[in-house]
Amino acid sequence: MDTETQTFAGAFQRFGQWKETDGSEARTAGAPEGENTIDIQGLNVYIQDKQILKDVTLQLFDRKITCIIGPSGCGKTTLLRSINRMIDTTEHVRVEGNVIVDGENIYGPKAEITHIRKKIGLLSQRPTPLPMSIYDNIAFGCRIHGTRNKKKLDAIVEQYLRATGLWDEVKDRLHNPASGLSIGQQQRLCLARGLAVEPQFILADESTSALDPVSSKHIEDLFLQLRERYGIIMVTHTLRQALRIADYVVFMYLGEVIEKGPADVLFNHPQHELTKQYLSGVFS
Amino acid sequence: MAVPLLKKRLAKDRCARSVMLALTVLSLLLLVAMGVGLYLKSEMILDRYSLWTLLTTSDWKPLKGSFGFLPFIASTLAVTALSILIALPISLLTALYLSEYAHSWTKRVVFPVLDILAGIPSVVYGVWGTLIIVPWIADALGPHFVDYTSGYTVLASGIVLGVMILPVLVSLFIEIFTIVPQDYRDAAASLGATKWQVCRKVILRKSLPGIIAAVVLAISKAFGETIAVLMVCGNSASIPHSLFDPCYPLPALIANNYGEMLSLPLYESALMFAAFILFFIILVFNFASRLLLRRVEKRYKL
Repeated sequence: MDTETQTFAGAFQRFGQWKETDGSEARTAGAPEGENTIDIQGLNVYIQDKQILKDVTLQLFDRKITCIIGPSGCGKTTLLRSINRMIDTTEHVRVEGNVIVDGENIYGPKAEITHIRKKIGLLSQRPTPLPMSIYDNIAFGCRIHGTRNKKKLDAIVEQYLRATGLWDEVKDRLHNPASGLSIGQQQRLCLARGLAVEPQFILADESTSALDPVSSKHIEDLFLQLRERYGIIMVTHTLRQALRIADYVVFMYLGEVIEKGPADVLFNHPQHELTKQYLSGVFS
Repeated sequence: MAVPLLKKRLAKDRCARSVMLALTVLSLLLLVAMGVGLYLKSEMILDRYSLWTLLTTSDWKPLKGSFGFLPFIASTLAVTALSILIALPISLLTALYLSEYAHSWTKRVVFPVLDILAGIPSVVYGVWGTLIIVPWIADALGPHFVDYTSGYTVLASGIVLGVMILPVLVSLFIEIFTIVPQDYRDAAASLGATKWQVCRKVILRKSLPGIIAAVVLAISKAFGETIAVLMVCGNSASIPHSLFDPCYPLPALIANNYGEMLSLPLYESALMFAAFILFFIILVFNFASRLLLRRVEKRYKL
């Protein structure tokens, strides 16, 4: 068992080195250059008196991809949903602690939810095109925040459909129902829709798990591009995916953050025993 | 040993299938039989007068041989339309509140009340209308708008009918809103939509076909509602020109007169024809709404 663990760790190490020589510099450790961060301080979340998150303290960086990994039921999704207060929609939920975004505590008494959610978008597990046309899906967010100008909306729709590589595929049928797209296209549409309200951060909740490998790759590539401008926080069940795209990794187990750090450090030199076991596949 | 057993099972299966098919056909035939029966019974009056005259004149003096059905048709349509106008916005907003905003304990209190409301016999609604709504219209509301009203009016019928279909509509709407997947709400909310925006732009839109179907059901019920309306409508065979005029919907006409005037064959035939018109209106209405529903579903690909 022990030797097996070592072999796996070795494989990760080699993969890491290969990425380094590949010219990817983003994975190197060091202070993030982005100024905006999300500061999670002592976050406890209870759902029906069951504690789901235990004293989570974490900093999430702008213009980086942070992957949250861990076994099922460890609170990854709850953590993600706490960051833009989507957790509020859950019944019998109690949240303690602070989440500071742009110097503002989103759980503070003056916090305004729609404003917070505009800043921190969410891409869900399964694509959820709203029951309207492709165009209206993208324009939805802008419209609810008050943009009515047709020319402006046209420009925004084109910009974000291009940003997600959908423009050429759908430009001739912008006013057809979005439900007619393939599932991979739908997920890119949802991403474009989220980007159109100009968030700082994108939360992705296993956003590729319902997709085929090609579409999944497409989304991953998009994330790598979007990292230039946004902070991306991604929950993933696929270790290999975290390995491919993460700058930072957070490992959670039973509601606690066990270990966090730059991807190459955490993957190659995990400090905690649980992390080592998880990475080597002892449990998943 | 196994083979005869199998044969027996298959025979039972075939038997069950044909029994169920027969029963289905029977219930379909019932509709046809009802339509044909009503038509045959109204043939006498249709022989005497042209269909056009019957439907477009408004003189109703059965003993003197003039049968104009227009007042009844107009009353039926007016009362039904008014009841939906009253009930639809109230029930939509109530249902949205209960399904989207309300705490679970509020729902636990309200749902049984709605069920009770829906289960109250219509004659009770009629009594309530006569005792409360009719005097209220005659004494408080009416004088602001017209010189004199008895209170037994289109408005009273519309209100009573609206109140009657309200709980049914609310229950149906809540069912329909519950079907909308949570994912849609989350998707819209995570873009920064307020709850009201989620309701208006996502929930109502997604449930549009369901809402139409529910309204169709409610209208069909309203068309045929007899006793409660009969008690507050005024039963006056003239075309109502305002909300404060009395009216006389088709079901009330039939219920009021059937059994009394059977000694006059022509009158009986006229009442049968009234029933046939009602039957026909509901039939046409249902077909039309089905077409509408199909178009809506196609349009939005919901």
